[in-house]
Amino acid sequence: MNIFWKRFKQNRLATAGGVMVLLLFIVAAFAPLISPFDPNEIDRNSILEPPSEVHILGTDDLGRDVFSRMIFGSWISLAVGFVAVGIATFIGIIFGALSGYYGGWTDRIIMRFVDIMLSIPTLFLILAVIAFIGPSIWNIMIIIGLTSWMGVARLVRAEFLSLKEREFILAAKAMGAGDMRIIFSHIMPNSMSPVFISAVLGVAAAILLESALSFLGLGIQPPTPSWGNILTLGKDNIEIAWWLSVFPGLAILFTVLAYNLVGEGLRDALDPRLWQRGR
Amino acid sequence: MNELLKLERTKKYFPVKGNRFLKAVDDVSFSVAAGGVFGLVGESGCGKSTLARLILGLMEPTGGEIFFDGMNVITATRHELSRIRRGLQIIFQDPLASLNPRKRIQDAVGESLLINDVVKRREIRDHVAHLLGKVGMDEDALGRYPHEFSGGQRQRICIARALAVNPKMIVADEAISSLDVSIQAQILNLLEDLRRDNGLAYVFISHNLLTVEHFSDTVAVMYLGKIVEMSATEELFNDPLHPYTEALLSAVPKPDVGKKGKRIILEGDVPSPVHIPPGCPFHTRCPKRFEPCDKEVPVYKEVKNQRWVSCHLWV
Repeated sequence: MNIFWKRFKQNRLATAGGVMVLLLFIVAAFAPLISPFDPNEIDRNSILEPPSEVHILGTDDLGRDVFSRMIFGSWISLAVGFVAVGIATFIGIIFGALSGYYGGWTDRIIMRFVDIMLSIPTLFLILAVIAFIGPSIWNIMIIIGLTSWMGVARLVRAEFLSLKEREFILAAKAMGAGDMRIIFSHIMPNSMSPVFISAVLGVAAAILLESALSFLGLGIQPPTPSWGNILTLGKDNIEIAWWLSVFPGLAILFTVLAYNLVGEGLRDALDPRLWQRGR
Repeated sequence: MNELLKLERTKKYFPVKGNRFLKAVDDVSFSVAAGGVFGLVGESGCGKSTLARLILGLMEPTGGEIFFDGMNVITATRHELSRIRRGLQIIFQDPLASLNPRKRIQDAVGESLLINDVVKRREIRDHVAHLLGKVGMDEDALGRYPHEFSGGQRQRICIARALAVNPKMIVADEAISSLDVSIQAQILNLLEDLRRDNGLAYVFISHNLLTVEHFSDTVAVMYLGKIVEMSATEELFNDPLHPYTEALLSAVPKPDVGKKGKRIILEGDVPSPVHIPPGCPFHTRCPKRFEPCDKEVPVYKEVKNQRWVSCHLWV
């Protein structure tokens, strides 16, 4: 664990990403305290105002403070990102574990199902499903989770395939450990670091997907603020109000970048093969 | 004689490409008495480890029977299997690989106690400490992880884990091969002590003839999945009957400088176990081959009192 931290801290980009992620957490957690205005407060006297001392990121077409809306939007992004990835990781681990541990037909069926899921363009599948069940924050989280578990399943399967042949697993079988004990107590804890990395990278992907859906109007519905639906307003008013597009755009860009940097940093820090290569 | 472990024509074939079979273990029969030590030697890839896994019931044999303590290992019911597990344990070659890197020693050894209901949950710590004491380790090992120990210490931990269920027999699969020579002696002495004090029986698998000679009562020599010769240790080492045994023994360095034995160099490599030569599997490398060797498979039988060989020289 110590070597891990040392490696991670030596990676400046990853540290910067980590600080940004931490900052986003704080902002999201203390949204009501930080934001200067109520994000849904309509002010007819200040419609589409450019950034000023009062409204530091300007106002939208209903006179709402963009800065406050973005702060509350960060909570939505974070929640969607983590819940969706949580669902995806859970499903991925279960399928991957069954597939890798039992092999044979179980493995073949699950892996073909993964192939089928991967061959469907996710965004269009989500759009179609959302059109049926209606957009709500919970639906978005669940549907993103249900369509992004395949990578995790493959990772976990690969880990299980190599770990189940190790001698400590044979030793556990020889002492009479059952399948469940071997899967959960012996193999699972040893296969979690790549899953952890992929989950962090997955958060970035989920946030991007949520923004895209909200931008298309099938994600988080107004008046609930999200970076994606602020962008939509920006698109409608791009000639007169550049700040409506630029700031949420930058927020999405830097958040995704931050999670990716942290993910890559974790991968480098957790991979023992890279430890030997220089300092 | 009270037989603890008995194998009858045990076979394990692995299917390989092109409808062929890799005959890892072929028609192996032997038995081990309670408290006895059965040595099994052979080159790497001759099926020793597969045999170990078969005995433990970790693999299903293609044919034959395996009995432990009167119970059939292959057809054992759940209840019988748990009794077999308590009587029969294994130690592997690489102690680091056979310990879960994320489990503390207390949990690694204690797990066996827990699964097999040996002691109550709150007594596990004390019992593990007691087991560690038995193998010559301190109590402060309890909370540490496998990577914090040396190879010899790890193997002691593995032995403690095997002892947890108070078994009657331990299968030692190359258990000392990966250790330093001085540590090998220590571990061997520990196994010896356990045998004396607890009446443990061993199946001692090794490619090192000297340790096998030192430790075993009976020795079997394996070649390409088959036992080619088996007899009491002293007889086998003093008067090998099979040419393969002879060649193996001639390769062992001798401490006497004056008495230089003639070294028998075998031609070629071990054939692939997928393409086992016809007739006697050893005939391609045998210095004493003659007429029937490449055609007829020699029968494995008792040629002298308690001496089993499969070779056309002994009919």
